[in-house]
Amino acid sequence: MEQVYLAIVLAPLLAAIVVGLGGSRMARAWAHRLTIAGVGISFALSLVVARDVFVLGAPVFDGAVYTWLVSDGLRLEIGFLIDSLSAVMMTVVTFVSLMVHIYTIGYMKDDPGYARFFSYISLFTFGMLMLVMANNFLQLFFGWEAVGLVSYLLIGFWFKRPTAIAANLKAFLVNRVGDLGLLLGIAAIFMYTGSLAYSEVFAAAPALVGQTTHVIGDYHWQVTTLICILLFIGAMGKSAQVPLHVWLPDSMEGPTPISALIHAATMVTAGIFLVARTSPLFELSVTALTFVLVIGAVTALFMGLLGLVQNDIKRVVAYSTLSQLGYMTVALGVSAYAAGMFHLFTHAFFKALLFLAAGSVIIAMHHVQDMRQMGGLRKYMPITYWTCLIGALALIGFPGFSGFYSKDAIIEAVSLSGIPGAGLAWWAVLLGVFITALYTFRMIFMVFHGQPRMDEHTREHLQESPWVVTLPLVLLAVPSIFIGALTMGPMLFGGLFDDAISVLPQHDVLAMLAAKGYTDAWSFLIHGLQAPAVWLAAAGVLVAWVCYVWQPHLPGVFARVLAPVYRVLDRKYWFDELYLKLFAPAGRGLGRVFWQFGDVRLIDGFLVNGTARAVGRLAGVARRAQTGFLYHYALVMITALALLMGWLLFLR
Amino acid sequence: MQEQNTTFTMPDFLPALPEMFLLGAACVVLLADLFFPGRNRGLTWLLSLVALAGTAVCVLALEVGEHGVMTFSNTFVLDQLAILMKLAVLAASATVLVYSRHYLAARDLHRGEFYTLTLFSTLGMLVIISAPHLLTLYLGLELMSLCLYALVALNRDSAVGAEAAMKYFVLGAIASGLLLYGMSIIYGVTGSLQLDEIAAFIGAQEERHLGLVLALTFVVAGLAFKLGAVPFHMWLPDVYHGAPTPVTLLIGSAPKIAGFALVFRLLVEGMEHLYVDWRDIFILMSVLSLVAGSVVAIAQTNIKRMLAYSTIGHIGFLLMGFIAGTSEGYSAALFYALVYVLMALGAFGMILLLSRKDFEADNLDDLRGLNARSPWFALVMLLVMFSMAGVPPTIGFHAKLAVLSAVVNAGFLWLAVLGVIAAIVSAFYYLRVVKLMYFDEPQDNAPLSGGIDMRVLLSSNGIAVLVLGLMPGALLTATIAAIP
Repeated sequence: MEQVYLAIVLAPLLAAIVVGLGGSRMARAWAHRLTIAGVGISFALSLVVARDVFVLGAPVFDGAVYTWLVSDGLRLEIGFLIDSLSAVMMTVVTFVSLMVHIYTIGYMKDDPGYARFFSYISLFTFGMLMLVMANNFLQLFFGWEAVGLVSYLLIGFWFKRPTAIAANLKAFLVNRVGDLGLLLGIAAIFMYTGSLAYSEVFAAAPALVGQTTHVIGDYHWQVTTLICILLFIGAMGKSAQVPLHVWLPDSMEGPTPISALIHAATMVTAGIFLVARTSPLFELSVTALTFVLVIGAVTALFMGLLGLVQNDIKRVVAYSTLSQLGYMTVALGVSAYAAGMFHLFTHAFFKALLFLAAGSVIIAMHHVQDMRQMGGLRKYMPITYWTCLIGALALIGFPGFSGFYSKDAIIEAVSLSGIPGAGLAWWAVLLGVFITALYTFRMIFMVFHGQPRMDEHTREHLQESPWVVTLPLVLLAVPSIFIGALTMGPMLFGGLFDDAISVLPQHDVLAMLAAKGYTDAWSFLIHGLQAPAVWLAAAGVLVAWVCYVWQPHLPGVFARVLAPVYRVLDRKYWFDELYLKLFAPAGRGLGRVFWQFGDVRLIDGFLVNGTARAVGRLAGVARRAQTGFLYHYALVMITALALLMGWLLFLR
Repeated sequence: MQEQNTTFTMPDFLPALPEMFLLGAACVVLLADLFFPGRNRGLTWLLSLVALAGTAVCVLALEVGEHGVMTFSNTFVLDQLAILMKLAVLAASATVLVYSRHYLAARDLHRGEFYTLTLFSTLGMLVIISAPHLLTLYLGLELMSLCLYALVALNRDSAVGAEAAMKYFVLGAIASGLLLYGMSIIYGVTGSLQLDEIAAFIGAQEERHLGLVLALTFVVAGLAFKLGAVPFHMWLPDVYHGAPTPVTLLIGSAPKIAGFALVFRLLVEGMEHLYVDWRDIFILMSVLSLVAGSVVAIAQTNIKRMLAYSTIGHIGFLLMGFIAGTSEGYSAALFYALVYVLMALGAFGMILLLSRKDFEADNLDDLRGLNARSPWFALVMLLVMFSMAGVPPTIGFHAKLAVLSAVVNAGFLWLAVLGVIAAIVSAFYYLRVVKLMYFDEPQDNAPLSGGIDMRVLLSSNGIAVLVLGLMPGALLTATIAAIP
C-alpha cells in the first residue's frame, strides 16, 4: 500500500512541477489536463484507500517511507498514518480539489496566469495531503507551511492589485503568529516526550499528566495544557479563530476557486484536523479544552454577526466560513471531535459549493462582487441559483440537509457537556444559527431575488456559466444534500473514528447523545424538529425575507436606529485598527532597535567591519617588519634560531 | 639493505636512471643552445621539454617494490614516494617552461641559461627526493639552490632583480650553513650520515640527547628557510617580487615539493624519535605562518608579493600535516604540497599571460575587469583563487580539509580552528582578486599575450583545479599510497 500512498501524494506534486516549470511552453489545455490527471489519480486512489479503511476494515497503517535524518535520537521521517481520520480528509481534499480544478477551467479562462494557477492548486493539494497523511509532527508542520505558502501565493495571485498584495502579506504575517505557536508546541512535545511520531507521542502523553513547568514568572503550567494551547494557537492561525481571524476575509482577494478550495473547504480546516488528530493530548487538559471552547464560541457568534453587514458576496461567504469554523472548534472544545470532523466534512461540500456558486455569479456579473448591484439573477442563471440555494439550506441547517445533522450534533453536544464555559457556548452557537440563516438568506435574496440593480450593459450579457462551472456545482450540491444523512450514523455514533480519536469517558458527550437514542438519520431529524435550532433558522430566513424582499427599506432603518452597533460591525470590532496601530508599530519599533543597534552597530559595525579594520591595521603594521634590509633579515633568522635553541634546550 | 662491502662492486645504476638521463640531457641542451641558438630558441625550448619528458618516462619505466630500492652504497633511494614526487616536479618544471617562453622572448631574457639552469635545478630536486643520506640530500639541495640564485639574477640590468638575488643568495647561504652545521652535529653524535642508521641510533637513546636537539634546531631552521616558514621567511616576498616572473613561478612551484621531501626524509625518516621536539617548533612556525600569511597579504598591492605571503600561509597549512605526526598527516601534507604547486602554477601563469612587452602585469590593478577582456581566463583565475582560498568544490578545499582533519585527529583542535580562521581572513584577498576581475572596469584593453601552447596548458591548469576538486579520489589515494 505504501506505493499507493506515495502515488496519492506525488501525483499532484509531479503535475504541479511539470506545469509550473513548463506551463509557459505548453498549450493552455495541457496545464489543466495534466493537473486534473494528477488530482484525479489522487482522488481515485483516495477512494480506494477509503474503501479499504471503511468498508474492508483495513488495519491502521503507520509507517515511514523515508528517513530524512537521525540526530541524537531524533528521527526525522516522512511517513504516513492512514486511519479513518486521514482517509476522510484525503477523500474530501482530493474531491473538492478535483471539483475546483474543473471549475477553474471556466473561471480562469482568459487569465494570463492560467498555467501558474493550475500549478499552484496542484501544489496545494500535495501540501494538504502531506499534512493530513503525516504520521509525525514534523511532516505535519511541513504540510502546514506548504499550504500556507500556496495560500500566500494564491491570495496574491493577481499580484498587480495592491489590495491582493496587502491581503497576502496580511495572511502570511497573521499565520506566522499561529505557526510560531505550533512550532513551539511541537518543540515542547519533543522536549517532554523525546519523539515527534504521533504514535510515540500519544503513548507517552499520559505520563505527562501532573508534570508542570513555568514559562514566565512563577506560575506553574501543566505540561499538557501548555502543549495543547501552543498547538491550538497554531490551529487558530490556520483555521482563522478570533483573534487571528483577520486574514481570512481579506484572503477573498484571491481568485474564487481558491476561496472555495483553500479558504473554505480544506486548508482552513487544518487547524480542526490538528486538534482532532491530537485528541489524546487535548483530552488530558480540561484547561486547554475550555480555551478551545471559548475561542470557538466567540468566533462562531461574533464572526457571524459581521456577515450581516457585508456587501461583497464573497465576504459574506467568508464570514460564514469563519463562523462555521467556530462551530467546529466548539465541537472540539466539548470533546466531540467526531462531531467537529463531521461538520468539517459536510461543510467542505456546501461551503465549496457556495463559493463556487458565488464565483459563477461573479463570472456572470463580469467580476462585480457587490451584492447591491445584483438582484433578480434567478431567472438568468437557474443552475447557479438552485445549487446555491441548496448550499444555503445546507449551511443554515435546513432539516434533512447535511449541514443540519452536523450543526445540530454540535449544538446537542454542547448542551450535554459539563466542561466550564459550555453553558455560554451553547447560547453562542444557538444564537449563531439565527444569525447564519439571516445573513445567508440576505445574500440569497439580494443576489437572486428582487429587482435587478445592475447596469444595462451587464444585464444584457447575463447568462448561465459554462458547463465546466456548473458541473462542479451540481456535483457538490448532491453531497450537500445527502452526505450528512448518509454518514451521520457511522461518523458520530458508529465509532468510525475510534482508531484515530480518543475521548475520555467523562468527556464523551457523543456517547451521552447516543444514549438518548437518536442515532439514525430519521430519529435525529425528528428530534431536531423539536429543538430550538431549526426554528431559529426558520426565523432567520423569515427576517431576511422581510428585510430584503418584502420591505427592502427596513435594513436602512435598522442601520440608522442601531447606528452604534452598525458601526461596531462595520469596523469589524476594530481588530484591524488594533493590529495596524498597536502591534505593527510596536513590532517595527522593536525591529528598528535591533536593526539600528544590534545589526548596524554591534554586528556590522563592531564585529564584522571592526574585525576587518583590525586585521587591516595589523596588516599595515606587520608589513613594516619587511624592511628590505638584508641584515635585518639575517638578524631575524639568527635571533629566531637562538630563541628556538633556548626554548628546546633550556626550557624543557 | 645490503652489507657494506670493503671491495668495490659495481652499484646498480638503474634506480638513478632518470637523474642520469636528465644530467645528460641538460648538457645536450647546453651545447645545442651554444651552437644552434636560433632566433627564438625554439630548439632549446623543445629539447628542454623533451629532456623533462624523457626523464618522466624513465621514472615511469622503473619498477620499485613496496619498500623501494637503495643503491650507491645506500646513498640513493627510489621508492613510491620518490616516484610520485619526481613526476610532480617534472610536470611542474615543464609547465614553467611552457608558461615562460613567451614572457622571456618579449624581454630579451630568452637565454639558454634559463633552460639549463632550470633543468639543473630540477635535477637537484630529483636528487633531494631520492636522498636517504645526508650527503645526497645536501648535494641535491645545493644544486637546486645555486641554480635558483642564479636564475633570480637572470635579468642582469634589473636593480630589484639583482637585489633579490643578493638577498636570496646571502640568506640562502646562511640557511645552508645552519643546515650543514646541524648535519655535522648529527654525524658527530651518531657517527653516521645515513638516515635510517641515524634513526636507529636516536631510537636507541634512553634519554633525550641534548646534542641531537641542538642539531635538530639547526636542521629545522635550515629547512624552514627553504620552505619559507615564519620566522625564516623574510627572503620570500622580496625574492618573489624581485625575480623575473618565470623564475618566481619556478621558485614558487616545484621546489615546494622538494621542500616536502627534505622535511620528510630528514625529520620523519631520520629523526622521527625527536618528533615531540620538531613538532613543537613546527606548531610555532605554523601558527606564525598562518597569521603572517593571511594578515600581511591583505596589505599588498603587488600580486607577486601577495602570492608570496599567500605561500607563507600555505606553508603554515602544509606544516600542519607534519604536526599531526601520523601517516595520515604526512599524506595530507604531501597532498597539500602537490595541490599548492598546481595552484601556484595557475596563479603565476596568469601573471605571465597578462604581461607583455614592456608591461608587467604584477599589480592587483592590472587584473581589473579581466572578465571583460577574457571571460574564460577570468574564470580560470577565479577557479585558482577559489582553490587557494579553499572554497569547495575546488581541489584547494580538499587539501585544507585533509590537513585540518589530520591535526584534529592528532588532538590539535585549536590549531585547526586557527587554520580555519586564517583561511577565512585570507579569503579576503583571494576574493578581492575575483572582485577586481568581475566587478571593476578594465584599465587597459590590450589583447592577452601568450601562445596557444600556454593558453591550452593554463586552461587545463584551471580545469584541473576544478575537476580534481570534484574527483579528488585518485590523487588522494596516490598520496596515501606514497607514504608507507
